[in-house]
Amino acid sequence: MAGRAQPVSPWPGVGAAALVAALILGTLAAVALRADTAGGFGPADWAALRFTLVQAVLSALFSAGLAIPVARALARRRFRGRSALIALLGAPFILPVIVAILGLLQVFGRAGWISDILGLFGLPPLRIYGLHGVVLAHVFFNLPLATRLILQAWQEIPAERFRLAAQLGCDGFTMFRLIELPMLRRILPGVLAVIFAICLTSFAVALTLGGGPRATTLELAIYQSFTYDFDLGRAALLSGLQLALTAVAALAALKFSRGDGFGAGLDRTIRRWDGGAPAVDACWIGVAAAFLLLPLAAVVISGLTGLFEMPALVFRSAVISVLVAATSTIVLLILALPMAMAVATGRHGIVELSGILGLAASPLVIGTGLFILIRPVANPVTLALPVTALVNAVMALPFALRILVPAAHDVVVRHGRLALSLDMDKRTFFTRVLLPRMHPQIRFAAGLSAALSMGDLGVIALFADPQIATLPLQIYRLMGAYQMQAAAGAALLLLLLSMGAFWLLDRGGRLHAET
Amino acid sequence: MLKLDGCVIENGKFSLRADFAVEAGASIAIIGPSGAGKSTLLEAIAGFRDLKQGKIFWDGYLISKLAPGKRPLAMLFQDGNLFPHLTVEQNISLGLRSNGRLSIDERSEVQFALDRVALSGLGDRKPAELSGGQQSRVALARVLVQRRQMLLLDEPFAALGPALKAEMLDLVAGLLTETGTTLLMVSHDPQDARRIACQTILVADEKAHPPAPTRYLFDNPPPSLRDYLG
Repeated sequence: MAGRAQPVSPWPGVGAAALVAALILGTLAAVALRADTAGGFGPADWAALRFTLVQAVLSALFSAGLAIPVARALARRRFRGRSALIALLGAPFILPVIVAILGLLQVFGRAGWISDILGLFGLPPLRIYGLHGVVLAHVFFNLPLATRLILQAWQEIPAERFRLAAQLGCDGFTMFRLIELPMLRRILPGVLAVIFAICLTSFAVALTLGGGPRATTLELAIYQSFTYDFDLGRAALLSGLQLALTAVAALAALKFSRGDGFGAGLDRTIRRWDGGAPAVDACWIGVAAAFLLLPLAAVVISGLTGLFEMPALVFRSAVISVLVAATSTIVLLILALPMAMAVATGRHGIVELSGILGLAASPLVIGTGLFILIRPVANPVTLALPVTALVNAVMALPFALRILVPAAHDVVVRHGRLALSLDMDKRTFFTRVLLPRMHPQIRFAAGLSAALSMGDLGVIALFADPQIATLPLQIYRLMGAYQMQAAAGAALLLLLLSMGAFWLLDRGGRLHAET
Repeated sequence: MLKLDGCVIENGKFSLRADFAVEAGASIAIIGPSGAGKSTLLEAIAGFRDLKQGKIFWDGYLISKLAPGKRPLAMLFQDGNLFPHLTVEQNISLGLRSNGRLSIDERSEVQFALDRVALSGLGDRKPAELSGGQQSRVALARVLVQRRQMLLLDEPFAALGPALKAEMLDLVAGLLTETGTTLLMVSHDPQDARRIACQTILVADEKAHPPAPTRYLFDNPPPSLRDYLG
């Protein structure tokens, strides 16, 4: 839209973006000033760096590699429950990590279901701790994401292309090479880069399934130098390294995930003329579904018995988690809505930039920085919960912006001229046009943010204090004390709270969720 | 009187010159090949597009520095003339007060406007529940309560069938004579121009020509108009 006037003001968004940038860069600066360059990198630090890179590369390769046949099968088969399965692929994104890990332990662990079956044949049980456990958990979380991304690209291939190819007599491999391979070549670098970036900052998985000198990620090393040695200089040094790494990965992910599409099709229903073996597709879909559903089922089954063995402490933690999630969601909306509006007016690169910064930031780095900044003036432990809520909001910001920006842009383009010609002031436009039109997206973003915050086990572990814990931290402590029954019950409670918060907030926006 | 004084409007690579005056109360059609800049001209008058050069006056007052909503005109676009989440009444109310909170007198004014466009009783419907013609009537009712001195139409009835479009234009013409409003209407159909506009502005060759009597223009078309009419 040309012209100088806009129905929304970009300045609140610019202010919010500046705050976010100040938080991320300010904590980074605080960390950098403390960094202990004199000591340099020890062998343990190099090991952490190497392990971080190796597990992230493996996780990305396995997730994307397995996602290709699953997405292909989903793209060309129609069956009952297909859309439910695709919706389920979105679930791991908001699934609390600690819950998934309990489920994975139940299935793949030493005393898990598969080990039990192996035992029947006299085989030794599986060992889940270490590199392969970390990669397994990352594949559990990122296989669905990769499948969704690739499936979406598959479905964006206009039906006309398949019709044309069929008309030219292409089948099987020829069709794959002609149409699908170029699509994969376009989408895969982005998928790999995104998963690589996500796995770089993985903390809770490494905390529970890794550990030890041979399976420590940088995030975990930051945490350990903080809590075990209270070596702020080393924590700061590792934080700087982590930030450089994630910044490069996030930039790569952004760069690769651009690229032009296939051009518009006329939206015919996709019908394909190449056969392929239905049994193979069914097999891929079945295995993927089992891989996702079994751990969740395990959590529910063992959680039901554990529900009655939970100490009262668990309920206290649940209340704390709900409060933190609510605060975090409110903070997120206060930041994200003005930022989305500013981006929608199309003139403020700084706002988008600080949204991207959030992708590169690591919660433990922000946490370390805040700890360093707060310590001279107050006891950081007393501020554990507000800090957790704030960091959770900043971490959810990039996702919220991706949901809100297109909607805000659409509202401004579609209704901006009319509002201006009616001399509507900015406040009225916000309350009477923007909020009602963006209602579904706002609910979706709020639901996502609440669920992410509810399940987060990150910065709270830094500031932990025996008296105060969020529910995920409490579960981790119960696991550490080998109270597995109580941990399973608490995990089920956390699962219900996260999904419940998401469902409650998103209910109105659900209709707009494209599969 | 609307006066465009040495105006140059830029839209990407293309620029349009406009230097003409329109009598108050006149009904003017704007006609020309597609892409010649008919909508660009209206957008500049309405304030959605900056002038590169020149000034626009209404009754001697400079209006080209004013924000779109502060200019003495109402405009109907090709689409998006109603907020889809608001009811018919709420949409019309926005023409009176941009926050939509009305006094009792203003409420009865909204009802009167609804009667005037033959939509009484449909005030609590949402736009999606109305036909295309009814939606156009709601937009006209809002224009009516806005009480602006000029009305700019950027082909808001283009999606309607010929009979319905003619009906809308007659309704517009009727409302204009009652209120003495000046009309500027983009059209690509000579029939529309003949129907309600006594004068026509030809936009062609990067220039908006001064208004000429519609009948005369169509009977003796200059070369650029002749090419367009075919």
